[in-house]
Amino acid sequence: MNFVARFMRSPEGVIGAVVLIGLVLVALAAPLLFPRDPLAIVGQPMLEPFADWALPLGTDRLGRNVLAELVHGARASLLVGIAAALAAMAIGASVGTIAGFAGGFVDEALMRVVDAFQTVPGFLLALAFVSVIGASMPIVVLAIALGAWTGPARLARAEVLSIRERDYVDWARVIGMHPLEIAFREILPNALPPVLALSAVIVAGAILTEAALSFLGLGDPNIVTWGSMIAEGRAVLRSAPFLSIVPGIALVVTVLGVYLFGEGLAEALSRRRVRS
Amino acid sequence: MQRAGRLIVRRLIGSIPVLLIVLVGTFFLLELASGDAVDAYLVSTGGGDAALVEALRTNWGLDQSPITRLGLYLWNVIHLNFGYSVLLNRPILAVVLERLPNTLLLMGSAVALSFGIGSLLGIVAGSKPGSARDKLLSVGSLALYAVPSFWLGLVLVVVFSVQLRWLPLAGIETLASGKVGLDRAGDILRHLVLPVGALALLYLALYLRLMRAGMVEVWRQDFVLAARAKGLSRRRIVWRHVARNALLPLITMLGLQSATMLGGSVVIESVFSIPGLGRLAQEAVSGRDTPLLMGIIVISAVLVILTNLIVDLAYAALDPRVGATEAQA
Repeated sequence: MNFVARFMRSPEGVIGAVVLIGLVLVALAAPLLFPRDPLAIVGQPMLEPFADWALPLGTDRLGRNVLAELVHGARASLLVGIAAALAAMAIGASVGTIAGFAGGFVDEALMRVVDAFQTVPGFLLALAFVSVIGASMPIVVLAIALGAWTGPARLARAEVLSIRERDYVDWARVIGMHPLEIAFREILPNALPPVLALSAVIVAGAILTEAALSFLGLGDPNIVTWGSMIAEGRAVLRSAPFLSIVPGIALVVTVLGVYLFGEGLAEALSRRRVRS
Repeated sequence: MQRAGRLIVRRLIGSIPVLLIVLVGTFFLLELASGDAVDAYLVSTGGGDAALVEALRTNWGLDQSPITRLGLYLWNVIHLNFGYSVLLNRPILAVVLERLPNTLLLMGSAVALSFGIGSLLGIVAGSKPGSARDKLLSVGSLALYAVPSFWLGLVLVVVFSVQLRWLPLAGIETLASGKVGLDRAGDILRHLVLPVGALALLYLALYLRLMRAGMVEVWRQDFVLAARAKGLSRRRIVWRHVARNALLPLITMLGLQSATMLGGSVVIESVFSIPGLGRLAQEAVSGRDTPLLMGIIVISAVLVILTNLIVDLAYAALDPRVGATEAQA
């Protein structure tokens, strides 16, 4: 039975996949659905939802189309979430592999760096990083990754430590492969699956961190994000709570979709393990 | 007692290099910031000529090489001197210590509440894995886990403060209420319900899931089979054998999560305008007070190390195997 079929057997995974595919389609189609700048003013401010069919979710404090903002916000959330998670896993897997493979002093030093990063609250670090360097999309991605790479690093190191002792690694040494080549071509690919199983949690965490950063006004000011929409709606929380509540629901659905997808992935991965 | 003492000494020595890396890291992050303390000072005082700038730089040692200044920074931090906050014009350590109790109160209550209720619900779910209530609690906790804390805080405000008018909107206590003693404690309690609730609901999901996962593991162990074979009641097996053994990883998680929780309180504090460490960090960001921000980071790192130490001690007290192996090593 192949991987996709194993994945399809988990109802959580299927629901998560459907939600995520829907979100990705919406995010990709955003420029087609709403070609105008989502930050452009389109009508009277604070229009109630469902009052005008041209503006189904109404308008915000400045008269911007909430639905357009929501759809464009999906782009930012998914992009930042996935990019940050990829960066975190790439950094983590590389550091973990080097630490586990090199051993000795290198291992000790790298693991103390991991400890240091785990000691500093990741969100505070991201906050400091963005405020020092300035808010732009790549910086936000990097800032989130800085707080999330330690998990993958520890996991990769543990895997590498067990793989390092296998016979095929010795044989690679015997045929004269360069240690770095052994580490990254022979060991890393085999250490990756458990790290990948962590990916859903990291993507979900990255989406939530991005939302919190832009909620505090530390996102890229030229991009609509769900976090900034919630912050924007907060000013009129008494009179128009839906302005904050709607983007929050979008966030919950997205993160839940990622978690469910991750559960399916983990189940499919563990079934393979049991079989082999 | 001797075992605990050895553990404390070991952990404290082990945390020195970690803290050193944090300090060097924050120093270089400070270096990356555009503008230095003199620029910030001039902005707040209204500017000055080139000679004054030069004199201030020499005076504050900012004309030295980065390595010299790093040495100076470390030397000062060892003497508990974190420098001055440009924004508040006060020593950073004093400002942080003043805000710390509010954060500790918020985090402590949220952790206690979520740990208690979360582990209990986890036992309910894990006492019969695969049952209807297990499925319900698992899916429910996953949904809860997907909720952003600041948004949950806002929703709670809309429901309980704006609509129902049951609880105060924000702050840690009623300003200038003149309340003392129990009255004041009650006032603070009322202000804490929503922020603690928002944080606790999210962490609860984590502990519930962990407890349940731990119990599912323990059910498969031989000693559970033995307990069944002995004819023990199901209730006794669940509580005395399964739950008890599944509880230990939760305590480890308590330490691991302390940094995340401190980060989470930043956002919640700014939603509810609670004058704590997180709110201070946000003020430092909006006031471009980078030294204050770095001071907060270093001091929270110390806080996390201390929390982990307490957790380790609790773990050693609960699990006699820990101290035994440490003593042999």
